[in-house]
Amino acid sequence: MKVRVHVSLKPGVLDPQGRAVHHALEGLGFDGVEDVRVGRLIELDVADGTSQATLDDMCRKLLANMVIENYRIEFPAEAQGAV
Amino acid sequence: MAFRGAVITFPGSNCDRDMAVALEKVSGEPALRVWHADADLPDRLDMIAIPGGFSYGDYLRCGAIASRSPVMRAVVRAAERGVPVLGVCNGFQVLTESGLLPGALMRNAQLNFTCREARLTVENGQSLFTAGFESGSVVSFPIAHHDGNYFADAETLDQIEGDGRVAFRYLDEVNGSQRRIAGVLNAGGNVLGMMPHPERAIEPELGGTDGRVLFESAIGALVGA
Repeated sequence: MKVRVHVSLKPGVLDPQGRAVHHALEGLGFDGVEDVRVGRLIELDVADGTSQATLDDMCRKLLANMVIENYRIEFPAEAQGAV
Repeated sequence: MAFRGAVITFPGSNCDRDMAVALEKVSGEPALRVWHADADLPDRLDMIAIPGGFSYGDYLRCGAIASRSPVMRAVVRAAERGVPVLGVCNGFQVLTESGLLPGALMRNAQLNFTCREARLTVENGQSLFTAGFESGSVVSFPIAHHDGNYFADAETLDQIEGDGRVAFRYLDEVNGSQRRIAGVLNAGGNVLGMMPHPERAIEPELGGTDGRVLFESAIGALVGA
């Protein structure tokens, strides 16, 4: 079972990397970019039936640092209507 | 009693030898070396030091993988029993990731790897590690890091400041740290994490001896009692 974990900085936490990317986009002439936040996408292949609680546990214990980050779990196969 | 200090080495640690030398020079006793995969620590330790470097290549987040390694479970248990633990640079990152210290260390605000002397204010000159300094005095330690930008929410910052748990503060802005925090103590005062490197300032030949005071404070209190 494929699982995607999106890890992003919590709102209000300054993102120096996002700011640098923002500056670089402006430098390339892209106007109208209001804000840039850099996150992380982690793709897992886990046993079928792995519970949401176990996935939450993985995120809280390792994949995200809950002091500064939030996470969102996504099941790409479901999203595409596959079995 | 002879001082028993241990230095933990992870894959990618690179200040472990410097840390061991600092412990040995000040205590006169050999430092025990512990490998990250060891599930147990040597017994009767007076102090555990977690050195700087780039443990596990800084994969995922600085200190994240190291903080989940077998030896860190033993370090956390020892710290909770009151064994003094010093984490420097990557060691500070490991201590925040392990939950022994509050907050997190993020990419420096200016994005640069910063390697230079930094002046620090000793905020708390009463702790085990800082008793040799006068509160409010200014010391100079080398810094060398890319991810030393200390972050915690306002409530946590108020609490650690109110409890005297900010050990050191940068005198000048260096990396974007909230309230210019450079070093933090745990609630029990036996765990200190700091980005600046006291182990690189223990001899005049290294450019300064302010760091030696930190080791003398802790080791003197631990063996002199």
